[in-house]
Amino acid sequence: MSGISYKSGRVPHAKEHRVVFRNIDREGWDTSIATYMGEGGYEQLKKALALPKQEIIDEVKKAGLRGRGGAGFPCGVKWGFIPPTNTKPVYLICNADESEPGTFKDRYILHQDPHQLIEGMAISCFAVGASLSYIYIREEFPEAAKIVEKAIAEAHEKGFLGKNIQGSGFDLEIYVHRGAGAYICGEETGLIESLEGKRPYPRIKPPYFPAAMGLYLCPTIVNNVETLCHVKHILEIGADAWSKTGTPNNTGTRILCVSGDVQKPGYFEVEVGKVTMGEVINDMCGGLKPGRELKAVIPGGSSAKVLRADEVFTVGRGDDARKLTIWDIPMDFDTLAACGSMAGSGGVIVIDDSRSISWVLNNINNFYAHESCGQCTPCREGSLWMKKITDRVVAGKASPSDIDTLYGVAKNIDGRTICAFGEACSWPTESFVEKFRDELVSDTRPELEGAIVNAETLTAAAGL
Amino acid sequence: MSLAVPSELEKEIDDRITHYPVSKRSAVLPVLHLLQHHFGYLSEEAVEWTAAKLELEPIKVLEVVTFYPGFRQEAPGKYHIRVCRTLSCAMAGSYELMDSLCEKTGIDRSGVTHHHPIAVSGDGKFSIEFAECLASCGFGPVCMVNDDFHEAVTDIDGLLSQYSK
Repeated sequence: MSGISYKSGRVPHAKEHRVVFRNIDREGWDTSIATYMGEGGYEQLKKALALPKQEIIDEVKKAGLRGRGGAGFPCGVKWGFIPPTNTKPVYLICNADESEPGTFKDRYILHQDPHQLIEGMAISCFAVGASLSYIYIREEFPEAAKIVEKAIAEAHEKGFLGKNIQGSGFDLEIYVHRGAGAYICGEETGLIESLEGKRPYPRIKPPYFPAAMGLYLCPTIVNNVETLCHVKHILEIGADAWSKTGTPNNTGTRILCVSGDVQKPGYFEVEVGKVTMGEVINDMCGGLKPGRELKAVIPGGSSAKVLRADEVFTVGRGDDARKLTIWDIPMDFDTLAACGSMAGSGGVIVIDDSRSISWVLNNINNFYAHESCGQCTPCREGSLWMKKITDRVVAGKASPSDIDTLYGVAKNIDGRTICAFGEACSWPTESFVEKFRDELVSDTRPELEGAIVNAETLTAAAGL
Repeated sequence: MSLAVPSELEKEIDDRITHYPVSKRSAVLPVLHLLQHHFGYLSEEAVEWTAAKLELEPIKVLEVVTFYPGFRQEAPGKYHIRVCRTLSCAMAGSYELMDSLCEKTGIDRSGVTHHHPIAVSGDGKFSIEFAECLASCGFGPVCMVNDDFHEAVTDIDGLLSQYSK
């Protein structure tokens, strides 16, 4: 990147293409509005305020910006769901509840470049007609909340927030709302309930599509931090130029967060679909640890289905059909979906051959059992059952048929819950059992099959 | 017994409530955060005070307190440690970090349960609990001490020495 230097040890990899993360770990960069405005900060907001709202929405649609929070839903289309006949207030919420295991990108934007987010939000609020907006920041980011509040105050002072922004007649207040440690608040309707001061029980859709009936039952747009930042850049260079980065239907850049068994884990902003899993692991992250072999990758946060290292994936149809190894998979939305998993939130967890699959799955199941909100029976009971069964597997107190039970429990959650947490908690178990059944079974004890084991033995085995 | 909320804190709380012009109930989480930050945990009196402040039935506040892992109903130590338990940190050694921290602070976690996740040292100086994903997965194991965030924690003595007072 010309003219910009980065802190030692934090220099972006040559294969990165930094847009949203341009200022992360940058030498001489700080969170003040003066620094931000010194490089053209808030110019895009000024430009936006002079444009017809529909033109901004159309530009975001044309860019093909897909949500970076997990579902990959087109942002402009989401905005377009606000009923045209609406007469109620419209709200916009920035989802900064970053909680998907394996994901750690929003943290850096909040801590190091808060004005970028505020500008992206202000443009988006103007486009959808929102004059009251919240940033829902997870409770575990107390410093981020302070930094963002300070940035909001600065933006107010300079007339980029508040009444009659830059003389446009547009009013906007943005407030920080802190969560309280619950993963389910990342689900947009759960987040809305939480913002209403309640338990974050997700709402059923229909009828509660946020764009029609969201916060206070008014049209509400909920977007991820990274997504909102992109809005600013789309406006800056135009949808045509912006969508030239990335690949068709997978446009722009996105931040990949890599953790687990690689030499140099970290965050990398890349053009969507322009780097492969192999390049991410071997080039950007310095490869696996010495003497180790790849066993599996969870490509999009812990709820994404696991990919086994020796799988061969067939993607595309007809003449376009091609076979890919795990190393060849381009890191985009569509190919990862075609491989049976998802790009999710961009959290790539690499697992090498030193790890026990039972242990990995058990760790994940513990997470979902802890985080199920408890509203829907299949998820509340099923997530705990899955945890208890894998607790037993890890403790060497499970029988081989327990693996079938485990799989059956997962299959009975998927598709039977109000929100996508049902899928999020069952997909790991479903995919681990489908792909690593032999290893899971090898951690069980055939002599326990059919044995009458009383509740006390089971409880003790599970360490409860 | 009523809660003794200092006037400065109450002013801060009143200011927070103005961030929710549509519904005061929306201020439940921020009010509880401010009270917990001041008192260390949320007592029955804190719940009742919040309910009265926001003109809600106390159960509407209590149900929030009991749901969110970020709210505590028991006093933590002077320094409350949260160790990330989730996959990437566990792969980087967070369970071992938890064990070492307990050993060095003299905390016994044998009584920890789902509903009582926090264990406190005998002298009340430290308390500890496992937290789910703290979102710094590339730099584990990570933990928080009160509001301070620490990543790639290997020097446990060095970490604890920052909280020696």
